[in-house]
Amino acid sequence: MTDIRYVAPQTLDEAVGAYAAAGSAARILAGGTDLLVQMRSGAVKPGLIVDIKKIRELTAVEELSGGGFRIGAAVPGAVLAEHPRFRQTWPGVLEAVNLIGSTQVQGRASAGGNLCNASPAGDSVPAMIAAGAVVTVQGPEGRRELKVEDVPAAPGRTNLKPGEILVSFTLPPRPPGSADAYLRMIPRTEMDIAVVGCGVSLTLKDGVCAHARVGLGAVAPTALLVEPAAQALIGSRLDDAALNAAANACRAACRPIDDKRGTIAYRTQIAGVLLKRTANIAAERAQGK
Amino acid sequence: MAKLHVTTTVNGEPLEFLCEPYETMLDALRNQLALTGSKEGCASGDCGACSITLDDRLVCSCLMLAAEAEGHEIRTIEGMARGGRLHPLQEKFLEQAALQCGICTSGMLVASEALLRKNPNPSEEEVRFWLAGNLCRCTGYDKIVRAVLETAEEIREAAQ
Repeated sequence: MTDIRYVAPQTLDEAVGAYAAAGSAARILAGGTDLLVQMRSGAVKPGLIVDIKKIRELTAVEELSGGGFRIGAAVPGAVLAEHPRFRQTWPGVLEAVNLIGSTQVQGRASAGGNLCNASPAGDSVPAMIAAGAVVTVQGPEGRRELKVEDVPAAPGRTNLKPGEILVSFTLPPRPPGSADAYLRMIPRTEMDIAVVGCGVSLTLKDGVCAHARVGLGAVAPTALLVEPAAQALIGSRLDDAALNAAANACRAACRPIDDKRGTIAYRTQIAGVLLKRTANIAAERAQGK
Repeated sequence: MAKLHVTTTVNGEPLEFLCEPYETMLDALRNQLALTGSKEGCASGDCGACSITLDDRLVCSCLMLAAEAEGHEIRTIEGMARGGRLHPLQEKFLEQAALQCGICTSGMLVASEALLRKNPNPSEEEVRFWLAGNLCRCTGYDKIVRAVLETAEEIREAAQ
């Protein structure tokens, strides 16, 4: 590790320039809770570390009109939790972000890092997918937007192009009667990696589900948007038939692996169970219960 | 490759040090600054023995590059006792034997202090949740949790 360099640019243009020029050996440093572990284990040997936390846009939480938010890619979970209004508007996204690690890890770890680390089990990713979040990325060819579900390509790989840096998440406006929730299954009570994660965001109008999105994690090489599950909920009063249909749609979307955390059969079964529980929590929140 | 020059504040004292670009804050504290109170348990952010605060926010110093301290304020266990007097948490840990081998203790204390600054009246559940990132292989946690709760109570009483 003798030829490593560290830079902490003040502007995104400088960061993109340095990151792009250094090629594939460069790594972005946000909270570092994945990167430093990977460096320590020898899994990653960066030639250049680009610390993005001196760039204002990447560390800002901005409230948009109608319940929308723009969250800088490097905003730590603990900072997001302290925002006076984010918790009320996006409780599911917040509980997912806040599930990542301990208090100490929350002081540093960001949703942007969680997404770019591209673990299939990243907790914030299914919740961001359910929320309909869009990310802004900036690279040598300028800016573009991507849906969160289009960012992960495979375990540990994203669809960001060489030199592109994740800038922010944009969460859409919230119509009245909207809420979200995130649940994950872990064998312990806290601080573990999801066996299954499920995010649900929905809007209720007079008790009827007018809009829904469902995200699933840890059941496929990447976190998934499960549109058939959302379709099963939309138009219903979230009765048993609708919830069962949505649960079955989640199970049908699963392409999990067998590992020490859970078998294929278990993960598939749990995906449906979590969908029902998560949808119920989101619905209760939407009704102000 | 040239070392990086870092200007920072540690326990209220402005200071400068040189570090390698890949060096962690924990290594800089222990090896450059001779502040060996912060311990290396796991070096992967799981055990909390290296807990410090960065601009008053609790972090693992093993998961932070030393270069990131530039322009920021670091506090470590060495800054907890003031003017030769132990912090009430330190007193209570001693009094209640809330430690055995001591490896986790500085991290426990730094984390507990950060909790009480944010929440002077935590429930037992809140204490346990907050300290879930600090592992202790000796005490079974009970004495630690009780010591934090009792200190919180005494600080609240003293403030009245």
